[in-house]
Amino acid sequence: MKPDSSEIRWVDESPLNMGERSYLPLFWDGLTTTFRHLIGPKLTVQFPEERHQFPDPLIYRGVHRLNRDEQGRVKCVACFLCATACPAHCIDIVAAPSPWPDREKYPVVFNIDMLRCIFCGMCEEACPVDAIELTSLYDLSGKSREEMIFDKEKLLSIYDQTKDQEPPGWLRGKREIEDLIELPQDDQDLTQDK
Amino acid sequence: MISFAVVTCIKIAVLLAALMTAAAYLVLVERWIAAWVQDRLGPNRVGIPLTNIRIFGLGQPIADGLKLIFKEEFVPGHVDRILYNVAPVVTFVAAVAVYAVVPLGAVDLGISGWAPVDLTVVPAFDAALIFLFAANGAAVYGIILAGWSSNNKYSLFGAMRGAAQLIAYEIPLSLALIALACYAGTLRIDEIVLQQAESGVWNIVLHPLAFVVFFVAATAEAGRLPFDLPETEQELVGGFHTEYSGMRLMTFLVSEFLHMITAAVVIVLLFLGGWHLWFLTGSEPVAGIGGAIIRIVVFVAKVLAVVFFFMWMRWSWPRFRFDQLMTLAWKPLISWGIVQVTILVVWYAWWEPLVVSQGWSSLPVLGLINWVTFILTWVITAAVAQPHYDNSPRRDLVRLAQDMREGSPYLESPTVRPCDA
Repeated sequence: MKPDSSEIRWVDESPLNMGERSYLPLFWDGLTTTFRHLIGPKLTVQFPEERHQFPDPLIYRGVHRLNRDEQGRVKCVACFLCATACPAHCIDIVAAPSPWPDREKYPVVFNIDMLRCIFCGMCEEACPVDAIELTSLYDLSGKSREEMIFDKEKLLSIYDQTKDQEPPGWLRGKREIEDLIELPQDDQDLTQDK
Repeated sequence: MISFAVVTCIKIAVLLAALMTAAAYLVLVERWIAAWVQDRLGPNRVGIPLTNIRIFGLGQPIADGLKLIFKEEFVPGHVDRILYNVAPVVTFVAAVAVYAVVPLGAVDLGISGWAPVDLTVVPAFDAALIFLFAANGAAVYGIILAGWSSNNKYSLFGAMRGAAQLIAYEIPLSLALIALACYAGTLRIDEIVLQQAESGVWNIVLHPLAFVVFFVAATAEAGRLPFDLPETEQELVGGFHTEYSGMRLMTFLVSEFLHMITAAVVIVLLFLGGWHLWFLTGSEPVAGIGGAIIRIVVFVAKVLAVVFFFMWMRWSWPRFRFDQLMTLAWKPLISWGIVQVTILVVWYAWWEPLVVSQGWSSLPVLGLINWVTFILTWVITAAVAQPHYDNSPRRDLVRLAQDMREGSPYLESPTVRPCDA
């Protein structure tokens, strides 16, 4: 943008008055501000002993889990929508014909490579049966790369571990995010180039 | 003679140990204060090794030191090896040598046949003030050597900034000192402290203008924020010590902290009464053992208070731009220093005899004159000084661009700038 562009709005600083030119009020402002913080309450969370409390753990995008249905079976139907939606290609599913009458397929293998995952939550958005969800667990670590590839049992155990604090979406009624976002009425607006 | 050597060696050993410990722990205090100002807790984990006992993180300096000692000392291939190795040593020696003349008072050990022991490495040194500032100023050699030998543009920029800054701020510093030496009539630091103790009036009360000039200049000499232009992590990647690592880097960092402690010590000695505190320390030159301990505690407490102010100030005020830094030194500070020196010289030449002949006591009158001068100079500077911190948008550039496109009479005459119209 050129300096004489008409889109630039120039904002003038007001000239310094006598008090400001002596700098004393400014020195005082700086010192008192820092001193207030110096003696004020601290925000640090002492991590291993205390844990960060999320205002709403349900919207945090942490480690994944695979939900179980009412009968304790894996809820996933191996439709591959999450693996397709995943921008990091970290979900690896091997499907097999389902032994249960209520669905066609189920996952024999369900691996998530946590080292590739970018925790974007697209898999959760894509899932038609609310089977994969992101929990509020944020401190995952491992000693090897192999350890960081979470398999089906591990993901199901995370569900067992977190289901009480964070009930699965199909139990609590999935949040209708689409309702919260106002989409432009006229789709043409998005394509018009100004 | 031998006993003198032994006593001096003991003094040096005690002083060095105290200084190293103080520098290490002030790094911790600095990190605490930085954290508290930013609403954090700061280092509070490291305690006694191999246990779970955390004594407020007091083990942190030991861990930091061990880490730096065991780190690889990487020497880049492009440096001038001799100067590169000499630079940290020069800086460190200059920073430590200052403490040879710092007086802590004298103590009578109560042993018969012993003269009172002066708690100074070099006692009764007539040119102590000059030595102090010569040694302090020598630190800039280390900075320049480091910056030059690193063969790195950022380091060189840092070194040049450091040199320019130190030269600029030596002048107001010296002017404030000259004013003080005029007043005290001596260059012996222990005498200056003793005068303050005997009269009970600290020099900060008597010479506020000299104090302000000295404080600002000493902060700049120590390279503390808002005057840390030689290093400026954000601009120069660490400035003159960019290419250093391991122990050499630690030497630089410790020297830097020693400079800050030096600045605080000198401010306390010259302006805040040294070891003197009313109703507590007495004012006689030689104290008993108990009195000496009280005096050292008072002195250290004062130094720590000033150091705390340095650390607090660091987070309160933003860093100067380089032109602002230079303007501050060359315009207001030097003028103020000259004003203060003039006032004191005139006081001794004409006004003091006048006041004494009237039968008034001279200290209150001198204090009054100094305070009036202080307030007047500050107000006049504020009123008269050009606002060289002007960050307003460059409208003249806009006008120039328009004029060049559309044609303007101002462009014809070179004497009238478009922004003047």
